Amino acid sequence: MKKKPLRLLPEAIKQLTQKPATSKYPFEKAKVYPNFRARILFESEKCIGCKMCMRVCPSKAIEIIISDTQPAAQTGPDGNPIPQKKKFDCIMNLDRCIYCAQCVDICPKKALKSSEDFELAQLDRTKLKLHYK
Amino acid sequence: MSKIQIPLGPQHPALKEPENFMLVLDGEQIVDATVNLGYNHRGVEKAAENRNYIQDIYLIERICGICSHSHVSCYINAVEEIAKAEVPQRAKAIRTLVAELERVHSHLLWLGVAAFELGYDTLFMYTWRDREQVLDCLEMISGNRVHYGINTIGGVRRDITKEQAEEILKKIKFLHERTSYYVGVVTEEPTFLARTQNVGKLPKDVALELNAVGPTARASGVDIDVRRDEPYFIYDQLDFKVITHNTEDVFGRAVVRVLETIESYKMIEQILKNLPEGPISVKVPWKIGPGEAVFRYEAPRGEDIHYVKANGTEYPERVKVRAPTLANFQSIPYCLKNGYLADAIITIAAIDPCMSCTDRAVVYDYKTGKKEVFDWEGLRKYSIEFYKKKGVSFK
Repeated sequence: MKKKPLRLLPEAIKQLTQKPATSKYPFEKAKVYPNFRARILFESEKCIGCKMCMRVCPSKAIEIIISDTQPAAQTGPDGNPIPQKKKFDCIMNLDRCIYCAQCVDICPKKALKSSEDFELAQLDRTKLKLHYK
Repeated sequence: MSKIQIPLGPQHPALKEPENFMLVLDGEQIVDATVNLGYNHRGVEKAAENRNYIQDIYLIERICGICSHSHVSCYINAVEEIAKAEVPQRAKAIRTLVAELERVHSHLLWLGVAAFELGYDTLFMYTWRDREQVLDCLEMISGNRVHYGINTIGGVRRDITKEQAEEILKKIKFLHERTSYYVGVVTEEPTFLARTQNVGKLPKDVALELNAVGPTARASGVDIDVRRDEPYFIYDQLDFKVITHNTEDVFGRAVVRVLETIESYKMIEQILKNLPEGPISVKVPWKIGPGEAVFRYEAPRGEDIHYVKANGTEYPERVKVRAPTLANFQSIPYCLKNGYLADAIITIAAIDPCMSCTDRAVVYDYKTGKKEVFDWEGLRKYSIEFYKKKGVSFK
């Protein structure tokens, strides 16, 4: 076998004139791709409370509960009450969430959405429990 | 000179994960070696029984951080076989694409780790810098760098657009050029050759006897590859070579891996240029079975086997995982014997071990020094008593 010493030396010398491969992350914003999976967002108006997201969540991070404040009952012109859509809240445990976005995929009404917000580290654990209303 | 027994691990700077290797030394030479598993057991198989099939995808993905797609694909294929789901061709093509991208990232990672273990840090830094390109491709397709979560039962979760395909092809072209350069480094650089040639010898007959798999076996001249021998996904439509080498040492394993990476680039180009049209997934019912299935899959480290037993509910009755490292661990004591202590780390690293994938539990009584293996009934009895002591009632 032919031996060629210092194979990596030209590469190392070439690197001296080039920009660093790393980015200065906290000072420069990190770039993410459009369909990145980060913190899940919730829209209460769309949620119908089917709880499919709770059923598929691998880490039991998401919980859909009925809201404390429900829309006021309305009566129609004939005096009969019009059924109102129930309002639901979402409790998201960010410390448990594994950001697989399976809940986003399964949601029949598209009430859940992945955001690009990935800087979620906290010193206070209670701040990791989000209550979307 | 008297023989000395020294432990390598479970806590050792050169090992990335906790595992114990007992080495018996005569001077600097290793005369005997044993592998002790059990420091990183996580009970994934049992946990899988308490989750439904969709939740299990994400649990099984976390068996391994490097070959996460391999484990999930293996599991999901077994589940789809039981459910008799017809997966669309486009979904199969995307799965194959992610599988090959994963192989590229795993092999480049291994080359970096191996170079680091040899003390050749320049190569380590450059391979890991270039590996970022393939991780970017994976993030672009799936939305995550490591746990892609691209698979779902009945297909894949995300489609590939034309722009993404072009971007991947551009990055693969760059990587192809870089990897060709690393092939030169691996095969011609005297530093690399001096540390890898005639180290960790595993002759062909021993490799067959100890059931070595993947690049470890192929470097010993054993011509096996599940992708060719029992094609799954769209591998039967792809044109690729199975790389084997005849030096039977660590050098051969390095050559097999870098050349396999180049084969993967060719496959990625073939897939992206002939991506079939159509839907990306089909609906599969929640309740699956009853039935059972075994699936074999060529992970970057070797043959991965999953066994799934379904009982007609939405929870699997049994999921059994045989990770490739468990098969390759059998050959480590043989490779270590008659080698030198300084080469022990690269010999272990040469099989690309993934300890947490493979770990098994054993009961060890530290007072008597006795090891015990439980049968199913005994384990159940023990667990009930264990929880009773903690105050959990079983009414």
